[in-house]
Amino acid sequence: MTTTTAAPTRIKEVGYISPRRQRVMGIVFLALATMIWVFFSRTTTGQMVTTFVMSPGGADPTPDLIFNTLPFLNVLATISAVIGAYQLVRGFHGKTNTMLGILAGFFVIAFLAWGAADKSLNLAGLLKVAVVRAVPLTLGALSGILCERSGIINIGIEGMLLAAAFTSTVAASLSNLWVGLIVAILTGALFGWVLAVFSIRYKVNQIISGTVINIFATGMTSFLSAKFLQKYQNLNSPGQFPTWEIPGLSKIPFFGPILFSHNLFVYGMFILLIVLTIVLFHTRWGLRLRSAGEHPKAADTLGINVNRTRYIATILGGMIAGFGGAYFTLGSVGRFDEVMTAGRGFIGLAAMIFGNWMPTGALGAGLLFGLADSLAGKLTILRIPIPPKFLEMAPYIVTMIVLAGVVGHTSPPAAEGTPYEKE
Amino acid sequence: MTDNKEMTPKPAEGSVKPEKAAKPSALNIFFEEVSRNSLTVTILAILTGLLLGGVVAVLTTETVYSSFRTSFGLGFREVFRVFGITYSALFTGSFGQPDVIRAAIASGDWQQINVAFSPFFESLVQSTPYILAGLAVALGFRVGLFNIGAEGQIFVGALAAVWAGTRIHGLPPLIHAPLALLVGGLGGAIWGFIPGWLKAKTGAHEVINTIMMNYIAFRLSEYLLTGFLKDPTKAHPISATVDTAAWLPRLFPSPNRFHIGFFIALILAYLVYLLLFKTTLGFQLRTVGLNPNAARYAGMNIVKNTVLAMALSGLLAGLAGANEVLGVNRNLGVAFSSGYGFDSIALALLGNSHPLGVVLASLLFGFLRNGALRMQLQAGIPIDIISIMQAAILAFIAAPGIIRTIYRLKEPKEESGSPLLTAAQKGQVQ
Repeated sequence: MTTTTAAPTRIKEVGYISPRRQRVMGIVFLALATMIWVFFSRTTTGQMVTTFVMSPGGADPTPDLIFNTLPFLNVLATISAVIGAYQLVRGFHGKTNTMLGILAGFFVIAFLAWGAADKSLNLAGLLKVAVVRAVPLTLGALSGILCERSGIINIGIEGMLLAAAFTSTVAASLSNLWVGLIVAILTGALFGWVLAVFSIRYKVNQIISGTVINIFATGMTSFLSAKFLQKYQNLNSPGQFPTWEIPGLSKIPFFGPILFSHNLFVYGMFILLIVLTIVLFHTRWGLRLRSAGEHPKAADTLGINVNRTRYIATILGGMIAGFGGAYFTLGSVGRFDEVMTAGRGFIGLAAMIFGNWMPTGALGAGLLFGLADSLAGKLTILRIPIPPKFLEMAPYIVTMIVLAGVVGHTSPPAAEGTPYEKE
Repeated sequence: MTDNKEMTPKPAEGSVKPEKAAKPSALNIFFEEVSRNSLTVTILAILTGLLLGGVVAVLTTETVYSSFRTSFGLGFREVFRVFGITYSALFTGSFGQPDVIRAAIASGDWQQINVAFSPFFESLVQSTPYILAGLAVALGFRVGLFNIGAEGQIFVGALAAVWAGTRIHGLPPLIHAPLALLVGGLGGAIWGFIPGWLKAKTGAHEVINTIMMNYIAFRLSEYLLTGFLKDPTKAHPISATVDTAAWLPRLFPSPNRFHIGFFIALILAYLVYLLLFKTTLGFQLRTVGLNPNAARYAGMNIVKNTVLAMALSGLLAGLAGANEVLGVNRNLGVAFSSGYGFDSIALALLGNSHPLGVVLASLLFGFLRNGALRMQLQAGIPIDIISIMQAAILAFIAAPGIIRTIYRLKEPKEESGSPLLTAAQKGQVQ
């Protein structure tokens, strides 16, 4: 069944923006500017003042940021309009996506400034929570990237997170946190191996392999939790990794507490991000791995063992998911609850797509989705008349829009999803 | 529909051509497909999956270990006891207790007979959403589409049906119930239409989009059930009870919940069969599924067929949700579906994406699910064991190689991974 005959020979032009896309993006930019003006500026009066609290705990010396809302919003709207007009007329070409990111950022800031008009919003706290919420999403996305870059679609991330969350809890309760963490990573590796065996050895449709993992992990963890964890509470008290302040860095005003006053999992996310970027894009091994996902036949011709590469990538991807799974229990709430991942694995999948199968993109998407998640909790406090549930939908909707190619273009690995067989 | 040979534009021998002189019956087509798919492997996969459930039950029972510590013989006796209680609870829970049924028939009291047989009918009730959701996924498979969003479509179907059932008043039952069912189906159809349209127009993969649509549906239902559709007299998020006029009639007195939804599901299964195998449209749909390129060369409209297939698939899943709401629960709580949509992927595969196969697979899962409820009460085995069994069955069906290895079966002439998927799903044609 084949395989290689099917691998589409698509050429990816780097940095090229078609005239049609340039215009579409220009219109999108202008629409964002108009929205800032119509929704935010027009509903703000001249006397309104926005207060952003700039330290998460409030005890930090960073002073609050206080400014007049209306002028600030007008400036943002004007800059956005100028960028939009330039994009429409001349175009930013290779920088288009960067500009889109900047404008999206403007829109979020405008939204926050408008929401906190005549009120006080703890901006630092919001961002700090966003970083924390981004951890499972980004780790899920990194796991997906590693698998999919090698040609194996991994929609079993959700199941891997859940299974690792469970095993880490039990292991950490029986011994200590570090053992729990290692068990979580091994659990992820096991599930990654299963995914690989199904997809490579038995050539099962990879979507189905992932679905099997999801159904099995949900069933098994719920079963064992109902059977044992509720009866023996001591199996469900793993404790939590403490917050480690990074000396020096955590004292940076505003950014210090947001980025450098977290537990192991946040730092792990950043380290994995850097490692993965270097390994995938700056080493020979990474090049080989990506070639297995883009054009396995060519890779094979060059002497790369495609299936072994895929096995290794999928198992490593599973380990990252396992690490992410431990976050839910050892890094967040300190106990296991049934189906506690609540679809985070699938948002991770969305973050992977949104980030265009790039580690840094995945982090960006993870942070954005984490911010949406974090903000959803603040809406009611700020009395913003948007139902929090709608904000929680945002990651999914945004992903669908991106996938449709309206505001961006995604390029998945060309040969993902197809088993490879030597001819 | 699977071997390489069949991935040509030419339809598979006999079974496919709609206007052939000698019309093959539904059963013939089914058995032909099942035997080609090797019935033995299917049955062994089911049995192995069920057995695995028992093994998990034994391995997680503490008394087994304590008995083994006392003596080896005692341990083995305990193993068999746990096995026995597991499967007997599964059986009596899904079919009814034989002695109770015998006594009820002997007494001749109708209500007693009704109660005695109610586990059996409850299993049929549990099968009903499975049939509809399984048909939804199966229809998608036939057209080469992976509708992993049945769960979300079920939710939206249920929401729409609850809306029609609680906000429209004063209609006679003969109109209100079908209307509410239809509104539910339409809700699901919209939820299927969107990813279908995106796939056809932009090439966005329907797997990702249906997953996203699932979560949008979950959040939407949480939003509506805490606001617009919430029963104001209740503290927790739950909808008001549907008007009695919109209820799907139950055929027997309480506690028997058997309602006409089961027959609706069977009729729909037959209609899907007719559509797929007896109409030109169905021929087109399946051709698109088997070989989109060939379909395009033959002048078939890929966009239309893709969108239509996803909308129909969503319609069926939406009906599954509406059916549950109008026939069983009669209101809608937050976590009402509990994974029918994901199980339906297993159903479609197990039934070889054929309506009759889906019905049989759904009956199996329905009886399992109902039996597991009793297992939970009687043997203290959490109901989630069903998911473990289902995952195992799905894995074995999808990877027949595993079953062949375990039971040392001979390889078929053309072994090719999962034999159940069409060309498009194998990623051969983008």
